[in-house]
Amino acid sequence: MRRLRVIALIAIIVVAGIQFIPFKRNVSKEIPSSDFILHYDPTEEVSDVLKTSCYNCHSNNTIYPWYSKIQPIGLYLEGHIDKGKENLNFSEFGTYSARRQKNKLTSMIDQIKEDRMPLPAYTFIHHDAKLSVEDKKEVTGFLESLKDSISFN
Amino acid sequence: MKQIISVFTFSAILFTACTGSSNKTDEQTAANMDMQHAEEGQLHENGEAMHQHDQEMGNAMEHDMDSTMIIVQDSKSTALVLDAYLKIKNALVEDDDKAAARAGKDLVNAFDNIDESSVSPEKMGELKDIVDDARENADHISESQGNIEHQREHFDMLSTDVNDMISIAGADRSLYRIFCPMYNNHEGAYWLSESRDIKNPFFGSKMSDCGEVSSKIVVE
Repeated sequence: MRRLRVIALIAIIVVAGIQFIPFKRNVSKEIPSSDFILHYDPTEEVSDVLKTSCYNCHSNNTIYPWYSKIQPIGLYLEGHIDKGKENLNFSEFGTYSARRQKNKLTSMIDQIKEDRMPLPAYTFIHHDAKLSVEDKKEVTGFLESLKDSISFN
Repeated sequence: MKQIISVFTFSAILFTACTGSSNKTDEQTAANMDMQHAEEGQLHENGEAMHQHDQEMGNAMEHDMDSTMIIVQDSKSTALVLDAYLKIKNALVEDDDKAAARAGKDLVNAFDNIDESSVSPEKMGELKDIVDDARENADHISESQGNIEHQREHFDMLSTDVNDMISIAGADRSLYRIFCPMYNNHEGAYWLSESRDIKNPFFGSKMSDCGEVSSKIVVE
């Protein structure tokens, strides 16, 4: 019984302690010229969908929810954002090679059409990030036309 | 005679296997009818049918022989990349996602052997883009064990990369570039193979014989 109390106490101290460790935040004040929306100037509808449903994990600027300040939740989110940006970073899209841009567009279109993105775990909490049938049509239509306009070789 | 006709019937089915459309059954029925006619001894009618088949077969073979020849320079530097790429290809033919993931890891490492500065300066940037993209695709294949369809999506892009890579950096062996018209919702996709036998990595056992040789890549 006493041992349990000690363990509980240690756990509380650890959880309380990690609240004070400063973790990096994915926030940047500037929008670079390589930014996808800035560069390709899609319609407002498409821009809104991208910002609401994609940019939080796939750009250099995350709009954080309040609970992200609580650890280890914040840490978990940061892991997702890192991985998301590694695979696709809208802020840096303009710096990708034409080959990589085209392949990324292909993957985006497939993943949106097949409801693999945005992640179900994300839309479960962020209801507004869920894509309607119209949203999907609008966005994939734009991505398709962009994809067709890019050629390499 | 019956045997010959069965062979043609079989080849007719093979020809239509790739189209995946509703006329498949029609053609099959027609082929079956040819066989029936033969059994009834209606040689005249059947002879005509055979002549037609003969021509089709002939055209197909000619087409195969005529598949474009692409000459690339002789180079050992891409050998390990090609080994690992073909290993992924064969794993996907066998529907083996684990083996594909393992080979994907080999491929990520194999790209370290490509020396981008060994090619002409104007091709250097392009080769670097290709290798970067290919490495990323290989990485996805290695990390997607358990999701073979995702591995295949990246294998499609990877195949374009490897094809473009050897056109700049060369190869150490002959290869065939094979086209599958059905993958990607009928947009089609290419893969590279060490042999001209059709074993489809995009569909695996579901449709292993879909595809046709589009070009032969020969080392200078």
